[in-house]
Amino acid sequence: MNRYPLWKYILIGVALVIAFIYTLPNFFGDVPAVQVMPVRTTEKVDAVLLQRVEAALKTVGLSSTGIELDPRGVKARFADTDTQIKAKDALQSGLGSGYTVALNLLSASPAWLTSLGALPMNLGLDLRGGVHFLLQVDMPKALEKAAERYQGDIRTLLREKKVRYSAIGREGDRVNLRFRDAEQLAAARRAIEEAYPDLHLDESQVGEEAALTASLKKTAQVQTQEFALKQNLTTLRNRVNELGVAEPVIQQQGIDRIVVQLPGVQDTAKAKEILGRTATLEIRMVDEEKMQDPATVQAAAAGQAPFGTEMYFERNGQPVIVKKTVVLTGEYITDAQPGFDNQTNQAAVHINLDGRGGRIFKNVTRENVGKRMAILLIEKGKTEVVTAPVIREEIGGGRVQITGMDSTQEANDVALLLRAGALAAPMEIVEERTVGPSLGADNIERGLNSTLIGFAAVAVFMIIYYQLFGVVAVVALSVNLFLLVALLSMMQATLTLPGIAGIALTLGMAIDANVIIAERIREELRNGNSPQASITAGYEHAWNTILDSNITTLIAGIALFWLGSGPVRGFAVTLCLGILTSMFSAVIVSRAVVNLTYGRAKRLTKVSI
Amino acid sequence: MELFHLKRDIPFMRYARSTIFFSLFFIVASIALLATKGLNLGVDFTGGTMMEMGYPTAADVPSIRNHLAKNGYADAQVQNFGSSTDVLVRLPVKAGTTSAQLSEKVLQVLKQQQPAVELRRVEFVGPQVGDELLEDGSLALVVVSIGIVLYLALRFEWRFALGAMFATAHDIFIVLGVWSLFQWDFSLTVLAAVLAILGYSVNDTVVVFDRIRENFKKTRITDVAAIMDNAKTATLGRTIITSGTTQIMVLAMLLLGGEVLYGFALALTIGIVIGTYSSVLVASPIVMWLGVSREDFIKPPKEESGAVV
Repeated sequence: MNRYPLWKYILIGVALVIAFIYTLPNFFGDVPAVQVMPVRTTEKVDAVLLQRVEAALKTVGLSSTGIELDPRGVKARFADTDTQIKAKDALQSGLGSGYTVALNLLSASPAWLTSLGALPMNLGLDLRGGVHFLLQVDMPKALEKAAERYQGDIRTLLREKKVRYSAIGREGDRVNLRFRDAEQLAAARRAIEEAYPDLHLDESQVGEEAALTASLKKTAQVQTQEFALKQNLTTLRNRVNELGVAEPVIQQQGIDRIVVQLPGVQDTAKAKEILGRTATLEIRMVDEEKMQDPATVQAAAAGQAPFGTEMYFERNGQPVIVKKTVVLTGEYITDAQPGFDNQTNQAAVHINLDGRGGRIFKNVTRENVGKRMAILLIEKGKTEVVTAPVIREEIGGGRVQITGMDSTQEANDVALLLRAGALAAPMEIVEERTVGPSLGADNIERGLNSTLIGFAAVAVFMIIYYQLFGVVAVVALSVNLFLLVALLSMMQATLTLPGIAGIALTLGMAIDANVIIAERIREELRNGNSPQASITAGYEHAWNTILDSNITTLIAGIALFWLGSGPVRGFAVTLCLGILTSMFSAVIVSRAVVNLTYGRAKRLTKVSI
Repeated sequence: MELFHLKRDIPFMRYARSTIFFSLFFIVASIALLATKGLNLGVDFTGGTMMEMGYPTAADVPSIRNHLAKNGYADAQVQNFGSSTDVLVRLPVKAGTTSAQLSEKVLQVLKQQQPAVELRRVEFVGPQVGDELLEDGSLALVVVSIGIVLYLALRFEWRFALGAMFATAHDIFIVLGVWSLFQWDFSLTVLAAVLAILGYSVNDTVVVFDRIRENFKKTRITDVAAIMDNAKTATLGRTIITSGTTQIMVLAMLLLGGEVLYGFALALTIGIVIGTYSSVLVASPIVMWLGVSREDFIKPPKEESGAVV
C-alpha cells in the first residue's frame, strides 16, 4: 500500500510552513527610507542619534512612518519618495557633515517577520541598478613608495651616526648607497641593520667604491602590500561615505584587488571621479622670511614664487609661500581625530604619527618654534593649503595637535582629509559594470515574466499529458520554487538576472524527475501490474536514475560556483540549490500527494496518468 | 495522453555507424571552424568597453557610427539589438588610455548628437581581468569534465564514463562551432550556458545509461545492441518530454528575457537539442564499441566453500 508514516507528512508540512514564512517577505515590496550613518566608524550609534533624527524631522514638519536603530545607523521610513527626498535634505542640514544621509529602500514586510529573521532576498546590481567596480592596487608602486621613505630615513640615520657616504639613490624598490671605503660601509651596515631590521642588505663593488643595496625583505614586502591594501580600503570607504550610498560593498578580492559596489548610484562619472581621486598629503614649512615682504607675496601670488619655494592658497584665499622640501607625507599619519585644545577649548585635530614620522616631526619642530608649517592636500594636480598653524613648542612622541580651525566642523573635515586623503598606492579600475536604474527594473520584470510564462506553459503541458500525475508534478514544481526562494532568502543570497535564469533552468530540469517517475509508472501498468504496485515500483526504480542524473548536474554547478565570477556565480548558486530542493519536492512531496490521493483506496483499478 | 507508446523497440543501434559518422562530421567541422575563424570573444574575455544605450526614438545606427568616427572613435562597433531604439556600442581596449573614463567620454559624444540618449548599461573589463576570466572558464570546463567522468566511472563503469564524455564533448564542440560560424558574441554568460549544457547533456545521457545498466542486470539477452535499443526505446518518452519542458523554459527566456539573457538562452536552446540527440544516438554506440558486456554488471557467483565432496 502506498502510505507514508505520519512523521513524513509532518516533515513535509513543517518544511512548507518554514518555506512559506521565509518566502513571504519577498512579496511586500519596498518603502522609501532615509538612512543616517556616522561618517566615522568610531562615532556611536545610539538612542541620542535617534532622537536627533526625530528632532530634525520635527523641525521641518515631516513625519516618518517608522524610525529604527541598527548597529550601522538610523533608518527612517517615509510614505512616499517626495517626503523621502525632503527628509534627506532636512537631515543633511540638521545633522551636519559628520553624518552621511543616504536614500534607501527598506523592505515593507511586517515587523513580526523581520523578528523571525525572515528578510527578502537582496537584489543584485543588475536588478536594482548601480555600479560595480574592480580596482587593482598598483603594488610595485607601493613598494617604490616604501623604498622612497627608506631612502630619506637612511640618509638621516647615516648623517646622525656620522657615517660618510658618497652617494645615495633609488632604483625601483631598492635603495643604492656608495661608500669610499669598506670601513664606512661596515659602519653603515651596522647602523641600518639595527635601525631597520626589515631591510635586506647586499654588498658589492662598483669600480673604486663599495656599494650597499637595501631592499625590503620578503616578509616585509608582504606586510607593506597588506598595509597598502588596508589603507586603500579605508580610504575608499571614507570616499564612498561622501557619495551617500545606502549599502555600499567595499571588499578585498585576492591580494591586490578591491571590489566596490554602489547600488542605486546613477551618477557614475562622479562615482569614478571620487573613487579614482589621487590625493596626497604633505607637510612643509612656511617660508616666513619671504612671507614678511609684501612685494614678494604679491609676486608669488602672480605666479613668481621665489627660488626654492612654491605658492599655494589657503581655503580662505590667503596666499602662503612654502618651501619645496617636504617634511612629512601622509603615509606617516596613523590616525587623525577631531577634538578640542585642553587649554583654550578651541577646535583641534589630534594626529598620531608612526615612529619614524614622530622622530622627523620632533626634529623639525625643535628647529622651527614660532614658525608656521603648512599642511597641503594635493588632489588631481591641484594643491591646497588645508591649514598652516604656528609651531608653539617642540613636539615629541608623534602626537600632534593642530589648532587654528574655525569650528568643530572644520576640525572634522580636516581630520577626515588627513585620515582618508591619501592612498597608499595608486589604483586603477580594471572592471566596471554599470546598470542604469530603468534597465534594472526592466530586468526584474523580464526575468520574472519569462520564468512565470515558462512555468505556466510547462504546467499546462504536464497536466494535459499526465493528467492527475501532471497536477502532482506541478504541485511539486511549485513547492520546489517556494523552497528555492525561501532558501535564497534565508541565506540572504543576492539575486541577479543570471540567478533568475538559474531558477528558470532548474525548474525546467526539475520536472525531469516527475517525468521519469510518471513514465516508469506507465510502464509498470503496461506490464500488467496493479496500480498500487505500479506506483510503488515506479517511484523506487526512478529514484536511482534521479540521483545519478542530479549528482552529475550538481558537479557542474559546484565547479561553476568555485571557478566562476560575478554573473556565473549567481547562476551556479541557484542551480545547485535548485537541484537539492528539486530532489526533495519531486520525490518526497510528489509521493506524499500521490499517497494521499490513491494510497488508501483498497481496490484501485485505474490511475489517472 | 501518451505519444511514445511503442510496441516494438526502435533499432537505434542499426544506424549507429551513420549517426556516429554524422556526429564526427559535425565535430570535425566545428573544430575546423574554431581553428580558422575562432570565437568572437566578447569584452568579458578580450577586455574593452560595451555600452548599452537607449534612444527615445528609432536610432540611426550608421549616423551614430559616423558621429563616433568623426570624434575619434573609428574603432567603435555600433549595432541594434532587441528593438530599434536600443543600441549597443563596443569599444576595444586602447593601450595607454585609462579605459574606465572611456565610457563617460563616449557618452558625452553621443549626447552631442542626441541629448535625450540614456545610458542603460556599461561593462568595462580590463585586458588582464579578461584573460583571467577566460582562464578560469576553461579550467571550470576541464574540472567539470573530470569530475563527471570520475563519478560515472565509479557509479557505472569506465566505458560508460567515456561514452558520456564523448557525447558531451560532441555537444560542446558543436555549440561552440555554431558560435564560431555565426561569429556571435561569446560572453561570460554564454560560457556559463556551455557549462550548463554540459550538466544537462550528461544528465540526459545518464538516464539512458541507467536503463541500459538495469537491462543488463535483468535480462538474459546477450545481444548488447538489442539491450541498448530496448533501454533507449523505454526512455524515449522521458527524454523527449524532459527536453521539451526544459526547452519551454529556455525559449521563454530567449524570447522574453532581454539582451542580458539572450546569449545564455540561445546557447541553451541549441545545446538542449544537440544534447538530446547525443544522449540517445551518440553515447551508447561508443560504449558498445568499447566492448561492454553483460558480465561487467553481473557479480560473479560466490565460490561455494566447504562443499561436500
